[in-house]
Amino acid sequence: MAINKQSNGYTLIYIIVLVAVVGAALAITSMSLAAHKKANADADKMRQILAAVHVVPEKGQMQQAYDKYITSTIVVNSKGETVEGSDAFDIDVAAEVKKPEAERLLPVYIAKVESGTKYIMPVYGAGLWGPIWGYVAIDADGSTVYGAFFGHQGETPGLGAEIEKPGFSEQFNGKELWKNDVFSPVAVVKKGQKPQDDRDYVDGISGGTITSKGVSAMLSDCLQPYADFLKKVKDNDVKNAGNNK
Amino acid sequence: MAEKVKNSAVFFNPLSKDNPVIVQVLGICSALAVTAKLEPAIVMGISVIAVLAFASVIISLIRKTIPVNVRIIVQLVVVAALVVIVNQLLEAYAYDVSRQLSVFVGLIITNCILMGRLEAFAMQNRPWPSFLDGVGNGLGYATILVIVAFFRELLGSGTLLGVQVIPQALYDAGYQNNGLMILPPMALVVVACIIWVHRARNKELQEK
Repeated sequence: MAINKQSNGYTLIYIIVLVAVVGAALAITSMSLAAHKKANADADKMRQILAAVHVVPEKGQMQQAYDKYITSTIVVNSKGETVEGSDAFDIDVAAEVKKPEAERLLPVYIAKVESGTKYIMPVYGAGLWGPIWGYVAIDADGSTVYGAFFGHQGETPGLGAEIEKPGFSEQFNGKELWKNDVFSPVAVVKKGQKPQDDRDYVDGISGGTITSKGVSAMLSDCLQPYADFLKKVKDNDVKNAGNNK
Repeated sequence: MAEKVKNSAVFFNPLSKDNPVIVQVLGICSALAVTAKLEPAIVMGISVIAVLAFASVIISLIRKTIPVNVRIIVQLVVVAALVVIVNQLLEAYAYDVSRQLSVFVGLIITNCILMGRLEAFAMQNRPWPSFLDGVGNGLGYATILVIVAFFRELLGSGTLLGVQVIPQALYDAGYQNNGLMILPPMALVVVACIIWVHRARNKELQEK
């Protein structure tokens, strides 16, 4: 071949062509799989939301179960007023948490299970190695925790990662968010210790101290903006609001 | 020149005498990270086999056109593209496993086995031997992963592929899962044990 393969021109053109071909291949893959990936991510989110109300659907039954139990969704602001114009399911909680409380859009999933109406709220925070998140379901009295689900990206297996196990999340069942009319989210403390005020608390994970503190901070940061909304729930002021899906 | 090496040797050597993990000690990082359970280890093994085989063939096909001074970059681009495609396929069709493997599929790009095989073999050989070399090395890697994961899941969680295999009666009698097996250090110990057994059986590998 007459082309000098060591010349700068050849190298430059070679790389440009290579990158263009690879870029096109990746774009095609990504686009052709987008629907699948979205469906998987949505199904996983539904699984987590339903886990907060102790519903564990069979594989492949996710959408049906979600439609059955989650009767409606609403978006509220920190004053507890309904905000129109966005779908609760599509709100990126991770992005909302970074905003000041007054500007956050707060999704609420309203579930009807055997024991009544539950209000499910997403929470999002930081663990030791990466993000942690969860869903907390509150009874119709606006105070009692009906159930909770926690997830994490990469906490230490056997230690911080225990937050996703029922052994940790079931501790939250029956805890109260309101104490003497003061909104005080459940704290996570070391075994044998108590929080400084009289709020309800659960035991943290031995060896998972930073993750446990992360859960505690996440609950207080993310549930605090819901205080006004939950107050309305408590005072029975929420009329079956919400967009039916 | 390299054609003298038999295709069968190209394929079978990496499985034992030239194993990338336990003889060349490459790819240890991911071997530690994904072997707490058997299922992610198997998926990771298959992913590496696929990426390594295709990358070897592609690099081998274009080996005569690659400008020498940017050959590592070309290899990286090819590997990175394949890894991203594998990652996307996993996200689409094996969502749960892809969650468990998380960042480690992406880190296949930095797995020394890949760059090592591309640079040492695929750059000099024709596509078919390169393909065999890729599959062989990938299998060698996957085999070790699966062996390590087998012991870690069995002793650490009492399950295999998520199915309980240690009977409840044993737990009732006071048996406990070894929590240490779940943690990364034990992967290193298990790999070391495999190397020990392997060298004891292959005397020519023992250093004087």
